Amino acid sequence: MEMPTPDPAILAKKEIIVARLREVLPHDAVIDAPEETRAYECDALTAYKCPPLCVVLPASTEEVSAVLKVCQAEGVPVVPRGSGTSLAGGALPTADCVILGVARLNEVLDTDYENRTIRVQSGRTNLSVSGAVEEEGFFYAPDPSSQLACAIAGNIAMNSGGAHCLKYGVTTNNLLGVTLVLMDGTVVEIGGAHLDAGGLDLLGLICGSEGQLGVVTEATLRILRKPEGARPVLMGFDSNEVAGACVSDIIKAGVLPVAIEFMDRPCIRACEAFAGAGYPDVEALLIVEVEGSGAEIEHQLGLIMEIARRHNPVELRESKSAEESAKIWLGRKSAFGAMGQINDYMCLDGTIPVTSLPFVLRRIGELSKEYGLDVANVFHAGDGNMHPLILFDANKPGDLELCEEFGADILRLCVEAGGCLTGEHGVGVEKRDLMYDQFTAEDIEVQLRVKDVFDPEWLLNPAKVFPLKSTASRRAA
Amino acid sequence: MRPDNEANLAEMIWDVQESVRIRGGGTRAVGFVAESDLLDLSGLSGITLYEPGALTMVAQAGTPLAEIEAALSAEGQRLAFEPMDHRGLLSTKGTPTIGGVVAANVSGPRRIQVGAARDFLLGVRFVDGQGTVIKNGGRVMKNVTGYDLVKLLAGSYGTLGAMSEVSFKVLPKVESTGVVLINGLSDRDAVRALSQALGSPYEVSGAAHAPKGIDGHPVTMIRLEGFENSVSYRLAEMQKLLGGFGETVVERDPERTTAGWKWVRDVEAFHNQEGDVWRISVKPSDAPELAARAEADGVLYDWGGGLVWVLLPKGTDLRARLGEFGGHATLVRADDKTKKQLGTFHPEPTPLAAISAGLRAKFDPNGIFNPGLMG
Ligand SMILES: Cc1cc2nc3c(=O)[nH]c(=O)nc-3n(C[C@H](O)[C@H](O)[C@H](O)COP(=O)(O)OP(=O)(O)OC[C@H]3O[C@@H](n4cnc5c(N)ncnc54)[C@H](O)[C@@H]3O)c2cc1C
Repeated sequence: MEMPTPDPAILAKKEIIVARLREVLPHDAVIDAPEETRAYECDALTAYKCPPLCVVLPASTEEVSAVLKVCQAEGVPVVPRGSGTSLAGGALPTADCVILGVARLNEVLDTDYENRTIRVQSGRTNLSVSGAVEEEGFFYAPDPSSQLACAIAGNIAMNSGGAHCLKYGVTTNNLLGVTLVLMDGTVVEIGGAHLDAGGLDLLGLICGSEGQLGVVTEATLRILRKPEGARPVLMGFDSNEVAGACVSDIIKAGVLPVAIEFMDRPCIRACEAFAGAGYPDVEALLIVEVEGSGAEIEHQLGLIMEIARRHNPVELRESKSAEESAKIWLGRKSAFGAMGQINDYMCLDGTIPVTSLPFVLRRIGELSKEYGLDVANVFHAGDGNMHPLILFDANKPGDLELCEEFGADILRLCVEAGGCLTGEHGVGVEKRDLMYDQFTAEDIEVQLRVKDVFDPEWLLNPAKVFPLKSTASRRAA
Repeated sequence: MRPDNEANLAEMIWDVQESVRIRGGGTRAVGFVAESDLLDLSGLSGITLYEPGALTMVAQAGTPLAEIEAALSAEGQRLAFEPMDHRGLLSTKGTPTIGGVVAANVSGPRRIQVGAARDFLLGVRFVDGQGTVIKNGGRVMKNVTGYDLVKLLAGSYGTLGAMSEVSFKVLPKVESTGVVLINGLSDRDAVRALSQALGSPYEVSGAAHAPKGIDGHPVTMIRLEGFENSVSYRLAEMQKLLGGFGETVVERDPERTTAGWKWVRDVEAFHNQEGDVWRISVKPSDAPELAARAEADGVLYDWGGGLVWVLLPKGTDLRARLGEFGGHATLVRADDKTKKQLGTFHPEPTPLAAISAGLRAKFDPNGIFNPGLMG
């Protein structure tokens, strides 16, 4: 993976830049010692690392604005950063960039149960947003698996999803307003506690823009009342095709589960070895969860199990208690940890139409043989968002490159099947060079023009999302 | 101009000398467009792909909504965001198209539960102001590949491009519907009751209040949908929850509940009533105060109070009456003179207006699409 050559002029004036940043921020909010900036050298895509020029940790919207003004004046690229859990390298620095971390912006500003909204600073972690309203029986719906660590800022930038988005939608469907600081330091309010835009839907555009259009410092989020209860059923099938068909049938039947999670045999085995959740050794496993009162859950699970039975499951296990539910989820929730124990892995994130699940899984199996690398599949089956985990050995020369080629092939396969390169993790640097597999040059150009409007000098997270070739002239200008 | 395929549409746009007024079915005549040639998109018609098992449909922008709804209905599915039909309110004729629904981001009462048209839109193909065909999004439910221009196009009223094809998510129809009604509440109490209902775990799919209901008296309406046994359970719980607001009545007759929510959705109370119609999007708890400030001839609250429809004497400047507030007011029905004078859309703060103008200049550098409509 290629990154732009750092600008020697910027590297040469590091001291001046740091000094100017110290003029607008408290002393401890500017980090430039190499041993300290190293903590920011990568995000969760750890294959790529590069310490930044320096790191700033502003504690207010005004400070963010002041920082951006300095950076704009000095022509320094800025990479916004939440908690650094991006799996796409969205927060990966370049040597000539300032990392703008929002970790100190972590207050809850307002909770409003009557209007069902919460206003937070963007550095607040996802789980702690739900935590702030839990006592009143509310929650914030988007729940990425990384929710303990990841920040609302990153969620908005990546339009993150989670296991429960089949019912509740992803970040963009739960975001009502943001405070956004543009690269020139202008502070704008978009949306608020009301619904829908009065003019163009700029909020919809900001969400998922990967930190390239502005820095989000505050957000108004929709909160929901917690359901009375939730319970999953686990089903095992002896083929991926059958499991896929079962997913389609459940969706068509009018039951709307909150989650339909899918795991294949390699993944089941790994999770079983790691967490001992008591999963059956089958080809494909589904976890389907529904919500409501006791009787409502009973009824929906009944319908789902009836559908499942028509597909001759090898195993059908309905949770009858909180402990049984926890046990069913245990393996799924430890999937990433389990894979990490066995091996280095790369986590992909393509989406496909649910109806092409069997075909795509079969093709991934074939590719796995061709490349000689194992793949475990775990994903949100209800919405077709796949997370194939390719196993490789980081210490073996050439294995990472092989793995990346394999990953690219899988993502191209997703596009061919009518899907896309990324369902929730974002493009970052990881999928940047595959964009032409999904888009024409014209499709890309219009997106670049959108960035021209917000950040004419291309200083905000400039080396991400789009193939470097396509942005070279803009970044150089 | 009436293209019958996308390539044709692109050629026509390439050749436009002055400007065009884009029309799908012509039923949503919101806003004022300066004198322009007509670009009629009703020739781009037909469902391209429908996969009930994936809950997705792709259709050409000019496809009649009725055709889409019929195809969905045959598979037991529907457009969950419940797009309103503007014909009665605006006295327009014609056939609503899916492109029009998307361009105006038209949603109905269920918006409060499931989201707006923009939340269901998965992908668009459109032709920009220079005749270039562009796609964004796709036909899958989760997609964060590149910028979300899909949301930007939804609600852009044709000012960024002429849409040729849209893809969207659909949902299963429900087995049954029930409505809890409370009579005689003040606006303030009604919004409080709706807030309480929406803050409950009982999954409200419609929350409206009419100070003057069909029979002339105040009525507050809370809709619950789903499987029959679940609906009856939740209706009972809802009645208990709202008991403190007054006597609650349950309506289960399918014809009556359908008609009642269509009455709300299409703002039937203002059909054939003299005057301008505005819609205000606001934080629900602010709604009663704003409605009072409007001194309106008619008011209808939907979305738990978050959407306020008001009827005012012709030419009234509602925004002047409301003063500063968090939200926006759109002039939906008025004569051209009033539309020109007051503007259809709420003026944006300067930096946002600059961004919007900047975006328009990129998508449509010569300003050929619907000039004057959005600023
Ligand atoms: C174990 C694990 C599980 C995961 N599970 C999921 C999952 O289930 N679903 C899912 O969607 N993702 C998941 N992710 C990916 C990741 O957690 C999400 O993308 C998350 O939203 C990133 O948040 P962050 O705060 O860590 O952002 P960062 O990694 O710090 O940054 C992400 C992007 O946001 C931009 N950004 C950060 N702050 C701002 C700001 N203030 N303004 C503008 N842009 C900003 C950055 O420039 C970068 O492009 C997972 C990651 C891990 C490691």
